[in-house]
Amino acid sequence: MNEIATSTDTRVMVLAPGDNVAIAKSDIASGTTLSVKGQSVTLKTRVEVGHKFAFKKVAKGTKLVKYGAPIGVATQDIAPGDYMHIHNITSDYIPTYTLDEGHQFFKEH
Amino acid sequence: MINAYLRADGRKGIRNTIVVAYLVECAHHVSREIYYPFRVQGAHLIGFPGCFPNAYSHKMMERLCTHPNVGGALLVSLGCEGFNKGKLQETIRKSGRPVKLIEIQGTGGTRKTIAEGKAWIEQTLEQLEDTPRTPMSVDELVVGTICGGSDATSGLTANPAMGRAFDFLVEKNATCIFEETGELIGMEHWMAKRAENPELGEEIVKTVAKAAKYYAAYGHASIGPGNADGGLTTIEEKSLGAYAKSGQSMISGIIKPGDVPIRGGLYLLDVVPDGEPRFGFPNINDNAEIAELMACGSHLSLFSTGRGSVVGSAIAPVIKVCANPHTYKRMSDDMDVDAGRMLEGRATLDEVGREIYDLIIRVANGEQTKSEELGHQEFILTYKSFEPIGPACFPSAA
Repeated sequence: MNEIATSTDTRVMVLAPGDNVAIAKSDIASGTTLSVKGQSVTLKTRVEVGHKFAFKKVAKGTKLVKYGAPIGVATQDIAPGDYMHIHNITSDYIPTYTLDEGHQFFKEH
Repeated sequence: MINAYLRADGRKGIRNTIVVAYLVECAHHVSREIYYPFRVQGAHLIGFPGCFPNAYSHKMMERLCTHPNVGGALLVSLGCEGFNKGKLQETIRKSGRPVKLIEIQGTGGTRKTIAEGKAWIEQTLEQLEDTPRTPMSVDELVVGTICGGSDATSGLTANPAMGRAFDFLVEKNATCIFEETGELIGMEHWMAKRAENPELGEEIVKTVAKAAKYYAAYGHASIGPGNADGGLTTIEEKSLGAYAKSGQSMISGIIKPGDVPIRGGLYLLDVVPDGEPRFGFPNINDNAEIAELMACGSHLSLFSTGRGSVVGSAIAPVIKVCANPHTYKRMSDDMDVDAGRMLEGRATLDEVGREIYDLIIRVANGEQTKSEELGHQEFILTYKSFEPIGPACFPSAA
């Protein structure tokens, strides 16, 4: 934990040692360079409080782990500094419904 | 120590309310007209809209009309609906609470029923002023927890803080209930490890599998567009955050809506119907869940929100814990606790957990929550069907 505490920017959290997602503790502007677990990461988009971004390479098909728990799988290769959300992560259980008309929910009804 | 209201059946309440209950949607308007002038004095409106009888909703109405916070009930029937009003009236009467049943058709229509109902409420509210008070200790308190309008901050601040408050309550042998198995999908094996024994652990895994099957049949999980806008990507991620509401204590059992735990501890409320999926989504909104927590005896509910829910509830106070610092700034009038300050380094998890615990005790002693002050009394009840819980669900009862 000390290693994380000393090498991660105070605006960022990595909740557990094996996690491959970083979390913004406040809104962070696009282009900001941050140290996350000793690695330098530049955000490619703005990341809002509580939202996730990659701090290392994540290959397509890799499980995403947050606070030690699997929260889904990468649907494409994700690079450090990439925002992580429904465009590049999917559930292992049931897909997430959004107000996007291309969603499966609308196709079925 | 809490200064509670003592009911004739020995149960202890933290509010002294009178419920006006419509027994079919056709009696809703008349019931609302009766209760509305008395809402500040403690009249609350509940009801069941369906015309066809259903064992679940009947049990729910019995539990709610004899809830410890309820001192009396006015049942409003149209006259021809399927609800077993005689049985409900008899259950309330046996609990020692004043009860009256009025049928709109027999009474002579809208105006006469409203007048008769209001007269009864006026007289019964006066009677309730004489309700005896009694000391109540924390181990007699039942507290439910729910999250609504969640975002990615919910699982980082408000939910773990409510979980800490639950830990403090369970240490004192209070009864704590967490729920919505559809929002625990992905967490089942973690939860199973916290079960009182391995058989209960297996039941927990089965209960969550039932929820996943049920939701899959309806085409999407218990995660909405607002959750996704707020940074929650998958149901597993939402579950991870929702799960934090349960704290760290041992799980003592699984209950279903209307089951009141007979001793203190932490319980998982299974809200997903048994059998093949029917009657639609398990809980159509947050208030359907609060109604079930109340039917299990919850004196009050802890409600975490990131996006900013404003709801309260009929019968039992709702303490709103705001997870997101931006939301708190925008909607502080609706929020009882600012848990988002944990992200800003202005409070620790233990500090916010303790603040919630202290607030629970004050609210139990009569302090009004924000949603109570604002007059929120949301309520909803719909159709479901359940099998009784098996012995493995409640190890310490054996």
